[in-house]
Amino acid sequence: MSTFPSLSLVPVATSPQSAKDFKSDQEVRWCPGCGDYAILAAVQGFLPELGIERENIVFVSGIGCSSRFPYYLNTYGMHSIHGRAPAIATGLATTRPDLSVWVITGDGDALSIGGNHLIHALRRNVNLKILLFNNRIYGLTKGQYSPTSEQGKITKSTPEGSLDHSFNPVSLALGAEATFVARTIDSDRKHLQGVLAAAAAHEGTALVEIYQNCNIFNDNAWEPLKDPDTRGDLLIRLEQGEPIRFGKEQEKGVMRTPDGHLHVVHVAEVGTDALIRHDAHATDPGLAFALSRLSDVYSLENTPIGVFRDVQRPSYDRLVREQVASIQAKRGTGDLQGLLRGHDTWNVN
Amino acid sequence: MPRIGQELEEGFFVVKQVVRLSKVIIRFAGDSGDGMQMTGDRFTSETAGLGNDLATLPDFPAEIRAPQGTLAGVSAFQLHFADHDIMTPGDSPDVLVAMNPAALKANLGDLPLGKELIVNTDEFTKRNLDKVGYATNPLDDDSLEGYHVHPVALTSMTVAALSDIDISKKDAERAKNMFALGMLCWLYSRPYESTIDFLNGKFAKRPQILAANIAAFEAGWSFGETTEDFAVQYEINPAQMPTGTYRNITGNPALAYGLIAASVQSGRPLFLGAYPITPASDILHELSKHKEFGVITMQAEDEIAGIGAALGASYGGALGVTTTSGPGIALKSETIGLAVALELPLIIVDVQRGGPSTGLPTKTEQSDLLLAMFGRNGESPVPVIAPKSPSDCFDAALEAARIAITYRTPVFLLSDGYLANGSEPWQVPDATTFATIDPDFATAPNHLDANGNPEFWPYLRDPVTGARPWAIPGTKSLEHRIGGIEKANGSGAISYDPDNHDTMTRLRQSKIDGIADTIPALEVDDPTGDARVLILGWGSTFGPIGAACRLVRSQGFTIASTHIRHINPFPSNLGAILASYDKVIVPEMNLGQLSMLLRAKYLVDIIGYNQVRGMPFKSEELADAILEVIQTQGAPA
Repeated sequence: MSTFPSLSLVPVATSPQSAKDFKSDQEVRWCPGCGDYAILAAVQGFLPELGIERENIVFVSGIGCSSRFPYYLNTYGMHSIHGRAPAIATGLATTRPDLSVWVITGDGDALSIGGNHLIHALRRNVNLKILLFNNRIYGLTKGQYSPTSEQGKITKSTPEGSLDHSFNPVSLALGAEATFVARTIDSDRKHLQGVLAAAAAHEGTALVEIYQNCNIFNDNAWEPLKDPDTRGDLLIRLEQGEPIRFGKEQEKGVMRTPDGHLHVVHVAEVGTDALIRHDAHATDPGLAFALSRLSDVYSLENTPIGVFRDVQRPSYDRLVREQVASIQAKRGTGDLQGLLRGHDTWNVN
Repeated sequence: MPRIGQELEEGFFVVKQVVRLSKVIIRFAGDSGDGMQMTGDRFTSETAGLGNDLATLPDFPAEIRAPQGTLAGVSAFQLHFADHDIMTPGDSPDVLVAMNPAALKANLGDLPLGKELIVNTDEFTKRNLDKVGYATNPLDDDSLEGYHVHPVALTSMTVAALSDIDISKKDAERAKNMFALGMLCWLYSRPYESTIDFLNGKFAKRPQILAANIAAFEAGWSFGETTEDFAVQYEINPAQMPTGTYRNITGNPALAYGLIAASVQSGRPLFLGAYPITPASDILHELSKHKEFGVITMQAEDEIAGIGAALGASYGGALGVTTTSGPGIALKSETIGLAVALELPLIIVDVQRGGPSTGLPTKTEQSDLLLAMFGRNGESPVPVIAPKSPSDCFDAALEAARIAITYRTPVFLLSDGYLANGSEPWQVPDATTFATIDPDFATAPNHLDANGNPEFWPYLRDPVTGARPWAIPGTKSLEHRIGGIEKANGSGAISYDPDNHDTMTRLRQSKIDGIADTIPALEVDDPTGDARVLILGWGSTFGPIGAACRLVRSQGFTIASTHIRHINPFPSNLGAILASYDKVIVPEMNLGQLSMLLRAKYLVDIIGYNQVRGMPFKSEELADAILEVIQTQGAPA
């Protein structure tokens, strides 16, 4: 049995694996400098940790630059159609508990055309791991604004500035009853792999938002969160059970004020004990949601990364299996002739 | 319960004449809250049990409860039963049961003069008459003079019969359909006990309602037996049918059973991804009851997710199915295209209804044929098969699964509203006679790379069927990636090469065309062997066409008929059959979609006979159309 609880029904690997085992023979065709390369390397480096055979891993993607991802992994893979990967993966994961099923999607794929499937996958809690590459732009169609683009963005389709208000994927997922929601950054390999491990261990649907750079159409969209000079001031690293504090000198923290809202405060002024401790396992998603609202869409100030929410709820596929098993325990496995006969027949002699 | 000749309390004997009929068509019509469908179902069940051949036609509005007493709210159920084999629910009723003025007004036009009309007089109030625009009460003026009218105070007699039972007046009135059923059961000598059994089961947990329904049924029976208004009682002998065990069945459950049988015969778990839609939802309902077969039904967030999940299940080795009606197909088109590109088994059930758009949700039509054939981007061939009768939905579903699994392709199964809800007796098949469907999963590499190492090519085709290998995740050494982008012939790697795309497009087409090799030759029914006119149909028009041919032949004319189940690809001998007749008539419940396909493929001029009235063809009208063609055709050389 794999050490990951969500993979309890997946056969274990018979020998140790390395990142090389997960590289396919296909030439990688993203633009040079694309953030997708870093994510691919991180995923290939992480997969051996699952301790399962590569034939029991499936990557399903939609349409967009990120959705080429499955071609580059030597596992089973399906490059499907725009926005529908969560639906397709739901059918696969529901019928095949012996597989580790991953969905690769982007901000356009998951949040525009596929928004409905995303929220329903999350509420159903199928045993799927959804990696949402968010670059705040449409890359494959050459540079239109996306549902995570900041309002006012100048793009090919919005020469005078976009008028759409944007989605916050973490807030959306929490509102959609997600049991696991996390955020990480393409260039922070260690953090990315840590979040992947937490997602893989979770039984049910896990949504991982990955801030990813499109160096052609939206270069440096997340740069303030990556630049060593600025990131310390902006990034809030969520650690389970720890007081939420950040800043270059850890001088800032997050505290709940009497009106119930979260505020960024100076630790020196309020003391460490006044800070809230992060609890991704809290039944109530209120804290996770409030944390997701801290960040500024434009300046990226107060941007939390890490696991926002990680709670237990029986996965849809488990419930499906249990329901079938209980019916079969009661009625036995089906009798086809009996079904066809029914209860209301007559004989012609 | 008093029987004929038995002494009643009053101390006199009732002896009524018994008349033997060979066939009867009854139509029950009432408000959509009056329970007409249940009344019809019960009468059908009694009739099936007596061994009559039968065919039924429910006809109900899309609204669950349209405003009471209005024309829009009329719900009807027609049943044709006979002592011989019959093919349709009948063109026009011999008996019309009208539970209110709206039902009378909506249905009287179909009742030929001289036929029986049973009306519930209690509902003919000024208010109800006004609702449907009757200026005077048709029961009092001479407008019903040409019919045998039986005025029955159904509601008040029902309420009176239930006076000892502790239920509200409203609940008592609701039992009037059981009074009507009891009366008709007496009139046509239907058995009595099975309805009592049925009611005992249905209302087991509501003893008052149970008592009320039984009392109403018995009161209706007694009324029929004692009233002088019904001078005769009718009997209809059982029909001669092949030896065997029979049950009555409608198309939707038959189709569901066919899918379960396909799951058993292929050893593949059945996964249904579906979104509720009329008139297909009953397939979802039926399949969701049979988890003992390992059936998984997922009510998806939308039509697209329904088929997406089904395709995902197929990718994992399940028998993926999605069920819907026309509007749902419009939404599923992109995923069907993906299934064509991925070359994975998938069954798409379209229970057709009137269109375009929302159209006529509860009415039948055959107007999705070209949508099934061509409703996708690119060259995207999909096999299309259509059942011809309610029970044939079972066989057609098994056949759809055979093609889907053998050829790794999505398959369209085109049912329609008439097949879905209409019923007929079905000789229960012997499950041990069903063929096995071999999924024939790939288990080992099938190719050597440049260095001589074994590798797996997901698009290396079977030389006979043209099908690609189905390698399901979890199979060691066969890891591969597939997708909607064009693939290199054989290796399956992404390819934008012009010649490769041309080759792959033709390979996909020829794979589907090749299915014709496994389709039985089309047979023509031409009893005299010298007919010069052929009538050809598909789908649910089978019954009306067959009945029309009998009418034509009974008048001394010759007509050949044939019915196609496989519309893509066509049976191999279809072209030769078409070429051997002077004239070919194709009746369809659309404006000529199969005609268009036949003209395009065989360059044969088709005479279309087309209606989109939401109802099956009337066989007499169809017979007239055939006779017109025969008579204008001129003498054979």
